[in-house]
Amino acid sequence: MHALDFDYMLGLVPILLGYLPLTLEMAAAGMACALILACLLAVIRVTRLPGLNAFALLFISFFRGTPLLVQLFLFYYGLPQVLTFLVAINGITATILGLTLHFSAYMAESIRAAIVGIDRSQTEAALSIGMTRAQLMRRIVLPQATRVATPTLMNYFIDMIKSTSLAFTLGVTELMGATQKEAAGSFLYFEAFLVVAVIYWIVVEALSWVQKWLEQRLNRAYQR
Amino acid sequence: MIELKGIRKQFGDHVVFDDIDLHLERGEIIVIVGPSGTGKSTLLRCINFLETPDAGHLTVGDLSLDATSATREQILALRRRTAFVFQNYALFANKTALQNIAEGMIVVDGIAKREAYARARKILERIGLADKADAYPAALSGGQQQRVGIGRAMAANAEVILFDEPTSSLDPQWVEEVLGLMKQLAAEHQTMIVVTHEMQFAREVADRVVFMDQGRIIEQGPPAKLFSHPEDERTQHFLRKILAANAG
Repeated sequence: MHALDFDYMLGLVPILLGYLPLTLEMAAAGMACALILACLLAVIRVTRLPGLNAFALLFISFFRGTPLLVQLFLFYYGLPQVLTFLVAINGITATILGLTLHFSAYMAESIRAAIVGIDRSQTEAALSIGMTRAQLMRRIVLPQATRVATPTLMNYFIDMIKSTSLAFTLGVTELMGATQKEAAGSFLYFEAFLVVAVIYWIVVEALSWVQKWLEQRLNRAYQR
Repeated sequence: MIELKGIRKQFGDHVVFDDIDLHLERGEIIVIVGPSGTGKSTLLRCINFLETPDAGHLTVGDLSLDATSATREQILALRRRTAFVFQNYALFANKTALQNIAEGMIVVDGIAKREAYARARKILERIGLADKADAYPAALSGGQQQRVGIGRAMAANAEVILFDEPTSSLDPQWVEEVLGLMKQLAAEHQTMIVVTHEMQFAREVADRVVFMDQGRIIEQGPPAKLFSHPEDERTQHFLRKILAANAG
């Protein structure tokens, strides 16, 4: 057992922080795409759109039912063999694609549950004053469903940030990949991975604060 | 003028009612009474297509439509000519009292926001809640919520306001303020159809009381006559029971 090399660790921080933007960018892009896809899937499920509903069910079942790592390998290593035009797909794109599909499956179910959970009488009230279905969705149901779904969606976002670390298995030098390289050079594995763990931890903690603030804001209307 | 002709509604094999006729003049106030489960609320909900009638003909003001062939546009037009007050208030939880009242004016009638809010404030004054404009439903008492519910219906400027047991969910201490507001509307000759178990209200306010039992209109007439000299045995039986319950 040797003492922790603090100087090495301190020196590593700025190097690794240089890779944080890429990690956050992949998570942000994945989240944005996943939200859009999840909303589409949720609306398909809620309205039981003929034809598409069965597809949505299959999609959700597959992407919730298989590990993210398997999906990433499937997109990055597997798919280009079948769909040859995908040969050019790079690790970053494959990661964003994987995160999008994987997390949208989970998020679709949270959004669907939030929409279904809105008191049916409010729907009737909106219809009774002559609103169309679209107006009802936009002005009454979705704003309330957003509030209900936000805590869960934020949790998925946090999970997604951590999951970007899998990109290193596709050869992407992001936060985790960079750490791996640094550690392999110095042989100070414990120090290196401890530093990267703390960086992930701080990022997630900061997001948890944002989450709390957001939830309080969204809950304002519902307090006695 | 409101006219229902031959309205039928069934859920699966169960026929709730068949061949219901009802006619109201502008400014008339009708109270529908009868035992629970006789289709009073369903009938009310058929008038604005919250339930789709299976047969019959509806006229509200200048709009006439056939239950079986009503188009989407006709249904929207019908709903703009009617307003509904719900038993459980059904206020929009994400909107303040003011916004609840203004919502329809802005979204459905296309009135500019500023103008809609000004009108909504006037309505809040009339329902005695001017100081609650910015309160969300969760912060209002049951009685206040139902008054906002009525305010929302008033804002629709409808031919008729349909009240579906508006006081049945309320704690007893809030019933009077809601009935008071309804009496105020009645005094202004707002056309309304009220389903309620409040016999005193029916006696005082109704131009006509309609007694329904098992999906049929058994008897109707001015309250003085219907309450004092009901002709049908079922009406007599119902009134004896409910008046005894109210006295007890």
